[in-house]
Amino acid sequence: MTTPSAPPSSDASARVDHLDLLESHAVFIIREVAAECERPVLLFSGGKDSAVLLHLAVKAFAPALLPFPVMHVDTGHNFAEVLAYRDHQAAAAGARLVVASVQASIDAGRVMDPGEGSSRNRIQSTTLLDAINEHRFDAAFGGARRDEDKARAKERVLSFRDRFGRWDPRRQRPELWQLYQGKVNPGEHLRAFPLSDWTELDIWQYIERERIELPAIYFAHEREVVLRDGMLLAVSQWVTPTGDEVAERRMVRYRTVGDATCTGAVLSEATTVAAIIEEIATATISERGATRGDDRFSETAMEDRKREGYF
Amino acid sequence: MGTEPVVMDLLRFATVGSVDDGKSTLIGRLLVDTRQLFDDQLEAVAHASVSRGVGDLDLSFVTDGLRAEREQGITIDVAYRYAATPTRKFIIADCPGHVQYTRNMATGASTADLALVVVDATAGLKEQTRRHLCIAALLGVRRVVVAANKMDLAEWAKDPYDALVAQVGALAAQLSIDEPLVVPVSALHGDYVVEPSEAAPWYDGPTVLGALEAAPAGGWAGEGLVGARLPVQWVLRHPTGKRTYAGMVDGAALRPGDAVFVLPAGIETTVRRVSTADGDLPEAPVGRCVDVDLADDTPAGRGDLLATAPLPQVVDQLTATVCWFGEEPLTAGQRFRVKHTTRTTVGFVDHVVKRLDVNHLALEDADALEANDIGVITLTTADPLVVDAYTSNRITGSFVLVDERTNATLAGAMVGAPSFAAELPR
Ligand SMILES: Nc1nc2c(ncn2[C@@H]2O[C@H](COP(=O)(O)OP(=O)(O)O)[C@@H](O)[C@H]2O)c(=O)[nH]1
Repeated sequence: MTTPSAPPSSDASARVDHLDLLESHAVFIIREVAAECERPVLLFSGGKDSAVLLHLAVKAFAPALLPFPVMHVDTGHNFAEVLAYRDHQAAAAGARLVVASVQASIDAGRVMDPGEGSSRNRIQSTTLLDAINEHRFDAAFGGARRDEDKARAKERVLSFRDRFGRWDPRRQRPELWQLYQGKVNPGEHLRAFPLSDWTELDIWQYIERERIELPAIYFAHEREVVLRDGMLLAVSQWVTPTGDEVAERRMVRYRTVGDATCTGAVLSEATTVAAIIEEIATATISERGATRGDDRFSETAMEDRKREGYF
Repeated sequence: MGTEPVVMDLLRFATVGSVDDGKSTLIGRLLVDTRQLFDDQLEAVAHASVSRGVGDLDLSFVTDGLRAEREQGITIDVAYRYAATPTRKFIIADCPGHVQYTRNMATGASTADLALVVVDATAGLKEQTRRHLCIAALLGVRRVVVAANKMDLAEWAKDPYDALVAQVGALAAQLSIDEPLVVPVSALHGDYVVEPSEAAPWYDGPTVLGALEAAPAGGWAGEGLVGARLPVQWVLRHPTGKRTYAGMVDGAALRPGDAVFVLPAGIETTVRRVSTADGDLPEAPVGRCVDVDLADDTPAGRGDLLATAPLPQVVDQLTATVCWFGEEPLTAGQRFRVKHTTRTTVGFVDHVVKRLDVNHLALEDADALEANDIGVITLTTADPLVVDAYTSNRITGSFVLVDERTNATLAGAMVGAPSFAAELPR
């Protein structure tokens, strides 16, 4: 057994397309969680990653219906197009839609309103955890990818949360082979990330291949925007020009979909998925760096939020 | 299906290296030179480098992880990174060196097709790297690419390179793994990582990236022959009342017409159709999730195994090699939940038989295993398991031991005893 490593791959038929393997792996994870957990839920933001996640979940159980509901944590700062899309997609999947409202958490005094025009990203963790408790969900599927952030790069596919909803990076369950271990005690839960190994490019290639429908704001369109902290923010009921800021009409698209107060648009002419894939291949700024104000405050912004129970 | 222009395959590899040999720098270099990083990420690395007084752009910060790790300057957990070339996607399990190395190494290696080992060529193969390679070999990683790093410090002399080739070759022979390809590199300056170089005129092999691109993809291949294996995950109920069985194919491709056994029941039947949500497949390759329609309305359920010849074994007593992660020692008489493929049962440890001395690659008698020890145990399970030897199939040959009270994963286990260690002299 002393043949040198890495001879050229000669057997062309052994090449299995990476999207087929990523799809199969994700479907495998979704089924394992559905089989091992009693009350899973799929977190659906209306963003492209959750669109892919929902598509995979539907495929995992077809021709039967999705064996779990879909939940949206509504910050109250959403793009109208995204809410319409959410309702339509959940209905098309035949899934029950649960909406957990950040405004309701504010009204109930569970969290402080960060104020008119400020991001509600941080306080949505409370709404999410309250909803998980209320519905006694023991697993929540999310569309997070490990290529998004340094903390995510080390998070398990099935990520354990204690009774306080916290993630402890030092006490992660070893995850060997494909033995995803989904048992939790009452009050604890798992976050399950079937897209862990996907990159932004994989997501778009898969959207193209599967012809997955997305909210219109992902494609280039003309919109009134204002440049703030280096980000292009849509002018809306929450964002209006202040000081010497000026609103301009530009051709833009979104690379992620989140709270309208802190999700930036990028200048783009890409009106099709193929054109977006081409733009990504030559993009020089990361998805979160370009478009998510919430991650720009500190080097460990994401890790800190995850420890508190964030997505 | 569809019109996808890309045909990319997938290679999973684990990275290994002793502290300070340059693993972080090498991965950083690999990512930067294959343009996986965006400007803002590079800027963040540059910013961190300057603010911590380590120069303009310390590439090792590219792979820098969690806050606790940054504060202590150490790496505590496996991190996953991604890179792609036009024809191949890479999933990189970056395994840290010191703390809990068995746990991290075993986790990273368990899904790897190949190991990329970084060695400071001016220092030679260190004890820690030997241990890592031993664990990788135990976990079935038989293909290895070695980056002989810091060749710039050795002024690109051939001697240290040759010495390392000899050391690595001897270790590979002991571990019964393929002879590694050794690439002379400077992770710091980039020679032979992604970019070819003139620095070592005596070297005419590929760069590190070239070696990773040339390695056979398409998943892990075991020794010996196994048939197709499909652990049933889920029973799909169709509107017509028909049932099909969903799961991922392993071992060998599964085709319509194949004679299969439903195990452990032992019912023989035929595969009528293999399909996905997109329709029928003429053949389900290894790694694909499919639905299987069985002839004769053969019943099956989650935890059953569909298998073609040569068949696996049905056992309720077995010998296994375990990597123990629990804080309390593993001893005879302990009871655990056992998760094997999609089947869960309980089991008792009958005996702790051996402990592996990783430094000397020797098995010694033992009656307990401490945290991060590797050893051999015998186990009796409440329900039968359908297994292959780990060396022939990773999926049917592996299981985990779980704490029934806390649900913590306490051990990764492989069916069979390690073959290489027993006959080696101390
Ligand atoms: N001269 C030289 N120094 C290197 C090279 N690769 C890494 N280093 C240095 O070696 C030290 C340890 O590197 P690092 O990547 O942090 O090692 P790790 O602990 O294995 O991740 C750092 O000071 C690096 O700058 C190389 O190819 N040449």
